[in-house]
Amino acid sequence: MAGETKNKYDRQLRIWGDQGQAALEKANVCLLNCGPTGSETLKNLVLGGVGSVTIVDGSKVDIGDLGNNFMVNKQSVGESKAKFVCNFLQELNDAVGAKFVEESPEMLIETRPSFFAQFTLVIATQLVENLLVKLDKICRQENVMLVVARSYGLTGFVRISLKEHNVIESKPDHFLDDLRLHNPWPELKQFAKAIDLKVADPVVHKHTPYIVILVIAAEEWAGMHGGCFPTTREEKKEFKDLIKSYMIDLDEENYKEAVEAAFKVSASLGISSHLRQIVNDSSCDVDSSSPDFWVLVAALKEFVENEGGGEPPLEGSIPDMTSLTEYYINLQKIYQAKAEADCLAMEHRVRTILKRIGRDPDAISKADIKNFCKNARKLYVIRYRTIEDEFSSPVAPELQKYLTDEDISFAAGFYVLFRAVDRFAANYNRFPGVFDSDMDEDVARLKAIAIAILTEVGCHASALQEDLITEMCRFGAAEIHAVAAYVGGVASQEVIKLITRQFVPMSGTFIFNGIDNKSQLLAL
Amino acid sequence: MGDASAEERWRDLDKLLARPGNIVSPIFEPSPQLRDELGEYVRVLVVGAGGLGCELLKDLALSGFKNLEVIDMDTIEVSNLNRQFLFRIHDVGKSKAEVAARRVMERVSGVNIVPHFCRIEDKDIEFYRDFNIIALGLDSIEARSYINSVACSFLEYDDDDNPCEETIKPLVDGGTEGFKGHARVIMPGVTPLKFPLCTLAETPRTAAHCIEYAHLIKWDEVHRGKTFDADNPEHMQWIYSEAFKRAELFGITGVTYSLTQGVVKNIIPAIASTNAIVSAACALEALKIATGCSKTLSNYLTLLGCLIIGLACDFLRESLTRYHILQVQRSRGLHTKVTEFVRDQSCLVCGPGTLIELDILVTLSELIELLGEHPKLQLSKPSITQQGKNLYMQAPPVLEELTRSNLPLPLFDLMGRAPRGIIHATGFANKNGKRTSCLRKLRVVFKGVVDEGAANVDMAGVPA
Repeated sequence: MAGETKNKYDRQLRIWGDQGQAALEKANVCLLNCGPTGSETLKNLVLGGVGSVTIVDGSKVDIGDLGNNFMVNKQSVGESKAKFVCNFLQELNDAVGAKFVEESPEMLIETRPSFFAQFTLVIATQLVENLLVKLDKICRQENVMLVVARSYGLTGFVRISLKEHNVIESKPDHFLDDLRLHNPWPELKQFAKAIDLKVADPVVHKHTPYIVILVIAAEEWAGMHGGCFPTTREEKKEFKDLIKSYMIDLDEENYKEAVEAAFKVSASLGISSHLRQIVNDSSCDVDSSSPDFWVLVAALKEFVENEGGGEPPLEGSIPDMTSLTEYYINLQKIYQAKAEADCLAMEHRVRTILKRIGRDPDAISKADIKNFCKNARKLYVIRYRTIEDEFSSPVAPELQKYLTDEDISFAAGFYVLFRAVDRFAANYNRFPGVFDSDMDEDVARLKAIAIAILTEVGCHASALQEDLITEMCRFGAAEIHAVAAYVGGVASQEVIKLITRQFVPMSGTFIFNGIDNKSQLLAL
Repeated sequence: MGDASAEERWRDLDKLLARPGNIVSPIFEPSPQLRDELGEYVRVLVVGAGGLGCELLKDLALSGFKNLEVIDMDTIEVSNLNRQFLFRIHDVGKSKAEVAARRVMERVSGVNIVPHFCRIEDKDIEFYRDFNIIALGLDSIEARSYINSVACSFLEYDDDDNPCEETIKPLVDGGTEGFKGHARVIMPGVTPLKFPLCTLAETPRTAAHCIEYAHLIKWDEVHRGKTFDADNPEHMQWIYSEAFKRAELFGITGVTYSLTQGVVKNIIPAIASTNAIVSAACALEALKIATGCSKTLSNYLTLLGCLIIGLACDFLRESLTRYHILQVQRSRGLHTKVTEFVRDQSCLVCGPGTLIELDILVTLSELIELLGEHPKLQLSKPSITQQGKNLYMQAPPVLEELTRSNLPLPLFDLMGRAPRGIIHATGFANKNGKRTSCLRKLRVVFKGVVDEGAANVDMAGVPA
């Protein structure tokens, strides 16, 4: 059975690995409302093997659901929507524990908030503003992650809400390797020194790895420039010329690689400003209640200030490069050795700190410390505003900027209109444009509300395009399947990042713009 | 189901199709009948019934399309089940196209989906001509390239080298890898060797080098004549153990069975959510193009950089000169960017092609020689096709034998004695010192032949 599971999940294990998968399988997720948006979100998670799901929806299937929800069919009309969606999802993956509660989410939020404490994460779909604010408070209190998703005609949005999310394995697409060519340590220098660049054998000459070439070239350069590495544009060019002067043939790949990588010698010393922000964060002042992440960061801070000499622990791997196998393997060993030594120092500091704050010194495993060291340069800390905060004091200048930027104006406009339609619904007990007969009046009403919101926030009323208001009414709160599937896809992707603690989740509100596909992430 | 029931069922979709709006396509004619017309008149082909194909079929069916066809040559495997949600464990081994079609028809009443369990090359041009929209859910560059050139081969150009609208076929395409999804610019040509031969043979450094050595070099040495089959676990096991041995020899670590499979099969990591996003974007664009119910990316279909996209059905009027690419990126959250590309006149697939003027007596083998010497092309060992028909194939041996008899024949005859025509040549050219395989579009014009069609404005020469 295990073999089969591994086969089934093979394609995704290659992305988030066994640990990510384990985290997914331990997770207990709650979905509020299983219309198309919620169902499509959950579908992607069930397929991925999330541990258990509970669907909360008190509605019955009506004929209109057949036109946009894949998980209900003719037989289900008149029956509990939650039950049928649950059955469908269970069929997709019998390893998932699928349950349903035939209740309105509103009822639970208003009268049974403790219901939510049991979950790892709640996905709230198609909920109006005031309920969202309440739910957000409950989730913050119970330390439950919240992902909000909604589709509405050709627009939709996704928004994450939790106090703080720490990521060690952020796995960025592009990240510079950690070769320390700008700051080589003794063992690396020694290895390079023992290699003669001017070797007679042309095969060896063109298979000397560029790391060695650059260490030697940089040292030669420093010798002629008072111990400094190239910094100005002119100097960098001269440095490249120096490297080229070692070539005996224009076709030497290793030297071409060295020239391309020459800029690495000029890198600035020390940790990035991004990392500096994290180690300077007040959470670094750890005590017994601090999460492990901050204990590790506290150790990192000490390391950087001591053994690291301003640098974080060495990552330890080197990219492939033209080289004799023997040279390459030896270089790998040198980098691995330093990485291990740095990790050992980090481990010592971690254990000392744990003891100091009154915790078991072995509470954090060596494997976790090693993983942290490898990813030290790529850490991420994201803190999210509460939904109430965002709504009551949005960042007006940002919003104004968004509304007037041609590429963002539709998305920003929809952001405002979502607030407006919810307020409309609170006043008139229905969404604008649901009925053809009220269309003209609804447009006027919605416009008035939207202007009021903009004014409250401190933005120009004119910033919101009239046509967009009309369009929002035209949507009549319809849930269009393709839009729901898109929004559901985005929401499920963020849920996976949050649960696996890998990759960087979005901060801000993602607005889907199905009109001209200029969707945007708004930081408000 | 009566009409009232259909109206109820599609009440949400009808808000977009039956109501007038201000941010819509200029040709939008909202009406309660628009959905019916969409269902009756628009024919969509979904190419691929895998991760994207499954999502596309669902999304299109629930967007009001009623005439769908799907083509896929694969059968269902266990590793598909983490995202290809139309399949169950007991479906393993069955045709993806057939099962997918059946499942969607079961759940969405009124939609008709015709499955085709075969390769896309097995269908002739006429099959593809029949559709208004072709939606791609393909996972290989070769397959995409093929469809690309099929669609492009429909194109006829007017005197100004602009494509004639009626001949343009809209293509909607998606591609995904892990968390990344995008409609990519497809450069025609076959994927070149991953690693330099000398690295594999002399100076391996990574586990992947050892694996490819075993796969591409050692296998043939030991198994003369026997073709390697990536789906045969015994073959894969052999590659793995050979790779492992080689790695040990060189002191290289990291060879695992999983990595071996990944390297040999070019496995692309894939998850449900990314497929869902890309497919939904494609389906939405298809809906907007077909009905005009909203603005489309500059009034025509998204995608595929060098492919010209337009609409063969009645709704579109404008001529196309630009296209956009929808990009969905991951690490810093989700970022949807729309990039505008101007059509590349020199694009080798969808551009007008390189003009080749020939005498009517020139044989196919003489043409092949000519291509090698042609200053701009310098194509060596080209295989020649016309509208998907093989005129001469350099490989595999079976096809070479079959088409060898065409070599001494005049190209004019092989091309149906038409005064001009389009052929495609796939061969090797030198790019930056490396020999890479590439596809070139050739616009052949025969000298001295009376052309009853449009004026021969593109002819540099003068008819004899």
